[in-house]
Amino acid sequence: MEPTEEIQSRLRDLCNSQKLAVVSTQSGGQPYASLVAFVASEDLRQIFFVTARTTRKFAYLTKDSRVAVLINSSTNEESDFHDAISITVIGTAEEIRDPEKKNILVRYLSKHPYLEDFAHSPSCAVIKVTAKSYYMVRNFQNVMELHVD
Amino acid sequence: MHWIISAENINQKDRQKVGGKGYALALLVKGGFKVPKAVCVTSFTYQEYLSQTGLRERIMLELNRKSFKDMRWEEIWDCATRIRNIFLRKPIPVEIEKELKKLITTQFKGKSVVVRSSAPDEDAASASFAGLHESFVNVKGADEILDHIRKVWASLWSDAALLYRQEIGLDVKKSSMAVVIQEIVVGDKSGVAFSKSPNDGAQGIVESVYGLNQGLVDGAVEPDRWIMARKNHSVISHTPAERTRWMIPDKSGVQCAVLPDELAKLPPLDAQEVIRVFKLALDAEGFFKSPQDLEWTFQKNDLYVLQSRPITTLSSQKEDDSRSWYLSLHRSFENLKALREKIENELIPGMIADAEELAGVPLPELTDKELAAEIDRRWEVNQKWTNIYWEEFIPFAHGIRLFGQIYNDRMRPEDPYEFVDLLTNTDMASLERNQALEALAEMIRKNRSLAKKLTAGQYSGLEPQFLEGVEQFVKKFGDLTCAVTGGTQCEQAPDSLYKILLEMAAHAPTATGRRKLGKKDILKEKFINAFEGEEKKMAAELLDLGRSSYQLRDDDNIYLGRVEAQLLAAVREARQRIDDFHAGRTRQKVTEDLIRVLENLDHRPQSQSPYKQQPGDGFVIQPRQLIGQPAGPGLAKGPARVIRKTADLSEFKFGEILICDAVDPNMTFVIPLAAGVVERRGGMLIHGAIIAREYGLPCVTGIPDATALIENGDELTVDGYLGIVTIGSSDI
Repeated sequence: MEPTEEIQSRLRDLCNSQKLAVVSTQSGGQPYASLVAFVASEDLRQIFFVTARTTRKFAYLTKDSRVAVLINSSTNEESDFHDAISITVIGTAEEIRDPEKKNILVRYLSKHPYLEDFAHSPSCAVIKVTAKSYYMVRNFQNVMELHVD
Repeated sequence: MHWIISAENINQKDRQKVGGKGYALALLVKGGFKVPKAVCVTSFTYQEYLSQTGLRERIMLELNRKSFKDMRWEEIWDCATRIRNIFLRKPIPVEIEKELKKLITTQFKGKSVVVRSSAPDEDAASASFAGLHESFVNVKGADEILDHIRKVWASLWSDAALLYRQEIGLDVKKSSMAVVIQEIVVGDKSGVAFSKSPNDGAQGIVESVYGLNQGLVDGAVEPDRWIMARKNHSVISHTPAERTRWMIPDKSGVQCAVLPDELAKLPPLDAQEVIRVFKLALDAEGFFKSPQDLEWTFQKNDLYVLQSRPITTLSSQKEDDSRSWYLSLHRSFENLKALREKIENELIPGMIADAEELAGVPLPELTDKELAAEIDRRWEVNQKWTNIYWEEFIPFAHGIRLFGQIYNDRMRPEDPYEFVDLLTNTDMASLERNQALEALAEMIRKNRSLAKKLTAGQYSGLEPQFLEGVEQFVKKFGDLTCAVTGGTQCEQAPDSLYKILLEMAAHAPTATGRRKLGKKDILKEKFINAFEGEEKKMAAELLDLGRSSYQLRDDDNIYLGRVEAQLLAAVREARQRIDDFHAGRTRQKVTEDLIRVLENLDHRPQSQSPYKQQPGDGFVIQPRQLIGQPAGPGLAKGPARVIRKTADLSEFKFGEILICDAVDPNMTFVIPLAAGVVERRGGMLIHGAIIAREYGLPCVTGIPDATALIENGDELTVDGYLGIVTIGSSDI
């Protein structure tokens, strides 16, 4: 089996190389998936994204903080089936405020500088997803689980 | 990696990187022409700046809020303003800055320079960008030069440049910008020369002014003009100028000053000098192997070439024409001052006088025939003022834009529309009207029996003091429920006004404009203090012009409303006569004239109704988030009130979100009741946005489908920070 550090390093590479992730929330048992621009913390324990407060995903994660996040390296090619890596993160989401928000925004905007106006808008919230587990899929069906202690 | 190259080191392979102007300069240097020292910041540097700062995608996000062809020019100006502000506030990354500074400092050692655009697009034979991108004369010191490089970069995204590129089919995504930095040679006399006249192939042209040739290029200083014979280099004719002004360097920048008398007497060039300049142009033509348009300057006896470009041929003159239209979008300070004079001293008094003259005609005493003629006359008068409104008043809005640009350049505020706060709180007529309405609402608040009678619709026996107030209100501000432009429907009963007053009375008065009173004074002080000496006066004048322009944005329509009210009064009189006859209240038959004039009025062209819904196709399409332009910061929630015709206004309830085609100044009286504003028409400086900002309401403009997609009562959230309207609750 691959050593933990190597798997972690793969996860980190994927998180750094990908700009977008799919966040799943739910309301009344109905799952709801949305695309977000994200950044992961260096230790991979947290994933951050910004959303407008008027969105469904914000309403849903406020009611139920359990979320799933999918990050994936597909390029819409056939080779994705053997080549692409996907991770699904299970965790809980919450809005963060200053001073944590301020620090995270610096990290967030160094990855997504074009979202400056959006991220600083008072009508937007910065969401932190604290990861419980990572499920990494490679080589089409090879699945590895990583649980955060 | 070439961030910056000196002119003598530019090679053919650099052509794309340094743009047309930069490359031509390099060739001139190589060809042995006397050219002021120059370096070129490459387009590669510009691209790196965009990449490293994330500006490229930010610009694209800004430009792709909606399809470019759906944007009104005002919205494009807004986009350009926001983009320009992004450039002003985003410094050049440190490592690039270091490289640029190194060469700039060693090359110019604190000397004054000109910072010029040199867009690679400009090379394209069919497109002339002269004048569309910015150039700055007399910039000193590495920091200042770097700052102006960003301004030149930003000018790639000005409204005029965006529109022009769109028209000639250039992809904005591929646009790039190199910048030429050239030492200033403060010439005693300068000018341009055409080696071959576009009108006559056997002739050439030399034009000259005293001082810097900036004045000639801008059109601010009239030049002396010589027509030359190409064959023997002799002067065919000389047309002297009036010679009253010249452009000279200021502390920073340039100023247009009065030309000293002893210079005004003589042409800038003597006979030998004219020939010398013309020969230089011919030399350039020989060197470039095509007729040249040359900019030159004389310093003492030294003749310098500032730049040289191929003469645009006759076939491309058409492009030049449309470019001049884009350039004309920016009215200069002097033009605007003249326009202000005309509007304040001539047009507005004229409009008021016309309205008063019409009001003096005793309509009931007119015969049917006379009344018909009077309606026709009033229609003409109303039409005349509507046309003047479009031709003179609308362009005066450039005063706000000009002030905005200078404010942003100097202050670099976080919010690119901070300057609007300096312009508000002038006594706009619609604010005065809203205050008058508030006074009437206060009467109802204090008098329970009055409120009761109004609610029950018992209009007989209302308090005389209240009735008098209403009458004065209508006399001064006209009927609230009339539309301004060409509408002929008008409510006759006072119900609408009473309904609005009752709704206002049911809630505490809204604090109008109090929000920013203190802030305005602080901003003003900061702005004026950002200038020194003589410039302070200019800054104050500019602010004054901006305020006048801003105030007129609102008032003009109110005055126009008064003229229209007179047309409507005559129409009402005619309708009354027809109704009376049909109801048997009078035996006198209404003449054909009157019926015909009313029919004609109904058939006169009216604006197309924008309210059309797309037929479904088996799918039910329901809008959720609509994106427009952020026009008033804030977040508001409330039920929608869609205004499709003026009568809808009287249904307006406290806390509703106003959805309309465009907030007409004549309908701003519902604003104190509204929680937010959404408009189909786009722009930050349209009436709705201005008045929403005045009242501190969240506002989104430029959602073309707003009135079709949103229904009365829809639960809405207006995000005025991001320009988004969300419809409905979060339930799936």
